[in-house]
Amino acid sequence: MSHSHNKNEILSHELPATPLDPKIKAERDAKIQVAMMGLCGCWGCTLSFLDMDERILGLLDKVAITRSSFTDVKRIPHRCTIGFVEGGVANSENIEILEEYRENCDILISVGACAVWGGVPAMRNVVPLEECFVEAYVESPTAVPGAKKVIPFHEDLPIITTKVLPLHEVVKIDYFIPGCPPDGDAIIKVLDDFVHGRGFDLPTEMNRYD
Amino acid sequence: MSIKLTIDGKEVHARSGENIIDVASQNGVYIPSLCYVKGKPCLGTCRTCSVKVNGRVMAACTMPVADGMEIEVNDDAEIVDMRKALVELLFSEGNHNCPSCEKSGRCELQATGYEVDMMVSRFPYRFTPRVVDHASKTVFLQRDRCIFCQRCVDMVRDERTGKKIFSIKGRGTHSSIEIDAELANDMTPQQVRYASDLCPVGCIIDKTQGYDDPIGQRKFEIKSIKDRALEKEHR
Repeated sequence: MSHSHNKNEILSHELPATPLDPKIKAERDAKIQVAMMGLCGCWGCTLSFLDMDERILGLLDKVAITRSSFTDVKRIPHRCTIGFVEGGVANSENIEILEEYRENCDILISVGACAVWGGVPAMRNVVPLEECFVEAYVESPTAVPGAKKVIPFHEDLPIITTKVLPLHEVVKIDYFIPGCPPDGDAIIKVLDDFVHGRGFDLPTEMNRYD
Repeated sequence: MSIKLTIDGKEVHARSGENIIDVASQNGVYIPSLCYVKGKPCLGTCRTCSVKVNGRVMAACTMPVADGMEIEVNDDAEIVDMRKALVELLFSEGNHNCPSCEKSGRCELQATGYEVDMMVSRFPYRFTPRVVDHASKTVFLQRDRCIFCQRCVDMVRDERTGKKIFSIKGRGTHSSIEIDAELANDMTPQQVRYASDLCPVGCIIDKTQGYDDPIGQRKFEIKSIKDRALEKEHR
């Protein structure tokens, strides 16, 4: 799979590495590929992914985890069956990553308040972007006295979107797990259901918005 | 007078004059509502209690039962989805940031969202800027969260003069909830707590109350809004 990344960017899975034992690689490739990506969020939902704890062990003969907080590679190295994604869309890099992720995931699931509706970062949506920049960089109450007041702008920096967007306003999202963050229980329930061919069913008592 | 009607195909008996919402809960059928308060005149503002009566969509709180009525609450997929859509509309119209809200866990809108299995709103989130009103000494108005149910407008009055303390200014998209700060300053602590508990969302916030209950021990976590609504009837 090809990446349309920046000229100076080398992704970790593209670095030279000792090839994996062919037998282990074949076994791993035959499993259901699962990934979790983070966009504009606090990585709290990714911590909930870790909160599956030892329950993930029962699935490991069926599931291989590619990009996630377990592995910490930047992007998914190959196609995935199930992709979880936390965080909203707040800049051009988020859009680029999300579109590529969507293309390479069979099932894409929004995880957490930021992914579902924008969440805490979307609190800036009621303030014009210009005022946000002024507050952060020009009139910042915590600025170093005497420092030059500059709003960062460079071709290597992602462009901030006018508003923080929920993921489903940018790409098609198949399922939603709300929560800030959702519990590890909710994530393992959804993952376990998909691995065993049961489809998405988040029960009322596991649904939460905070 | 005792009358007979059906709810989701099941025959039930009721007294004429009662509304559908009460009759349904007496018979163990929960109909969500965000404006109706049992024992108070119904407001009919939120429409979340919409059901089908003889095939037509009606608000269950404003509609009295009649002999031979056929009521569909959960049997009809279309009406179930309509109620869900109404809750989703409220979530996209206001700025309902549950993670940062004092009312979270005690909020009827949030609890109703869970009951209708809302995961996300099908409508675009609007993020309309609204101004918080801190003028009163007793409560503040977090207008982001107001759903215009009008409970506070009708049911909270100055104890001495009977004047309304809360009101709605403007029409349509220009509507906003307003507070008479002077009258609000005279509210007793009990009345302040009544008003903030009456508010089905986190719009009227008692200034003495914060994130008092730990997560896991909040009102609707101890007992869901559905169980509470049905339990009232069996007492």
